[in-house]
Amino acid sequence: MSDPERRDSLVRYSANVRTNHWLNALGFILAALSGLALFHPALFWFSNLFGGGPWTRILHPFIGLFAVLVFLVLAAAVWEDNRMRPADWQWVRQWRDVVNNREDRLPEVGRYNAGQKLLFLVIVVGMVGLLLSGIVIWRAYFSLYFPVGVVRLASLVHAVCAFALICTILIHIYAAFWVKGSVDAMVRGTVTPGWAWKHHRAWFRQITHAAHPRTGPD
Amino acid sequence: MPLQSLDIIRRSATTTPAPEIRHSYAGTVAKLIDTSKCIGCKACQVACMEWNDLRDEIGTNVGVYDNPPDLTPQSWTVMRFAEYENPKGDLEWLIRKDGCMHCADPGCLKACPAPGAIVQYANGIVDFQEENCIGCGYCVTACPFDVPRISKRDHKAYKCTLCSDRVAVGLEPACIKACPTGALVFGTKEDMQQHAAERVEDLKSRGFEQAGLYDPQGVGGTHVMYVLHHADQPQLYSGLAPDPHISLLVRAWKGRTKPLALTLMALTALAGFFHFVRVGRNEVGASDEAAAEKRS
Repeated sequence: MSDPERRDSLVRYSANVRTNHWLNALGFILAALSGLALFHPALFWFSNLFGGGPWTRILHPFIGLFAVLVFLVLAAAVWEDNRMRPADWQWVRQWRDVVNNREDRLPEVGRYNAGQKLLFLVIVVGMVGLLLSGIVIWRAYFSLYFPVGVVRLASLVHAVCAFALICTILIHIYAAFWVKGSVDAMVRGTVTPGWAWKHHRAWFRQITHAAHPRTGPD
Repeated sequence: MPLQSLDIIRRSATTTPAPEIRHSYAGTVAKLIDTSKCIGCKACQVACMEWNDLRDEIGTNVGVYDNPPDLTPQSWTVMRFAEYENPKGDLEWLIRKDGCMHCADPGCLKACPAPGAIVQYANGIVDFQEENCIGCGYCVTACPFDVPRISKRDHKAYKCTLCSDRVAVGLEPACIKACPTGALVFGTKEDMQQHAAERVEDLKSRGFEQAGLYDPQGVGGTHVMYVLHHADQPQLYSGLAPDPHISLLVRAWKGRTKPLALTLMALTALAGFFHFVRVGRNEVGASDEAAAEKRS
């Protein structure tokens, strides 16, 4: 970290993107904790973090709205780079190589790999599901406008989306720790050329204006 | 200890037994509402207001006798008046006292996320403990009878308590005491079933072939039961559910799926830890930096 020779020279995330990402993290964690308090009795004590049960009930939807709003900004910024492309499915098929750190066997990755893209997809779908169902089950303002069958369905959808999203974000958090340098990228904004070369080679070539891709393992 | 109950057989959002050492050895209780004897005088509504110290807002006439037109946080029981023209062409005035049915398998309690906000006593009464209520409205979502109401003032859920405070000291519910025709009776569920059987027999002898007891088994039976002249068509009585049960959606939302989902989330986190232990981090080596240096 303090190696003076090390050159963290490639900018991966701008200050705006980093700020937005950590607002997302804040919003998601608060929404997840307040939501989990109502998800299962074993986690009801999370409501203490928010000032008790009624305050948890009051705050959770507003925290959720905040999380959705900051995610809209993030989604708009990274949407184009996260579209699945044919080469991505090859990456997915080689998931064993992915989880076993045999990155050299994988197809070259652009700005985001297929795992990140699928993660993004799950978050988009989950956020939309949570937003729509969350409005329906927001008892204080909106539930009265919906028939009870719709409220019941929305309650289930909300729980399912939250479950899927929390599992996904747990994977996201671990993956950021697992692929060393990722947290630095999102905190300081830069990565080393070697990091870009190893994990996102196509992106590396693109930003360093390198010549056409070479073949064969390096 | 302050006054407390030792007869709580079910407590919302609680995974260990509640204090339940005191059983209801005399059997569970039930209120029997005999629609064939009800004259729609609303004395029960008044008694409910009086005993519970509730005063609903004065509303406006909506064109029928229903007043107020629906259950509210202040009106825990309302008379619903339905005009039914039977196949013979005669008008029947079907009056039903609506309110909490005190299900043996209460959907509200199943859905409630706040520990101890809803309890079920050994005598069968399902009671809201508003001091624990967080106001989420899940009880409203889950109730098969559309009974709980959330107050706009304090954002707590309210409904008929079956006068649990009176019953606990050996009194009958206030509505029962006020009923002038004997349409409302209260006792052990067994006694009420027996009484209902006699009433049904009487009604059948007077031409109501389909008379019967409404004690819906879809919710495990109820501690508020009806004697209906048309037990084959409960919906005639202002939309009384013919086959109420806790919705499948609510069961999927609040059943075994919750602990299962919790376990899966914990396993996901754990999987990360063991991936770290078994495979380790994916780190950039000096050769990667060198390769990048060469090609940039």
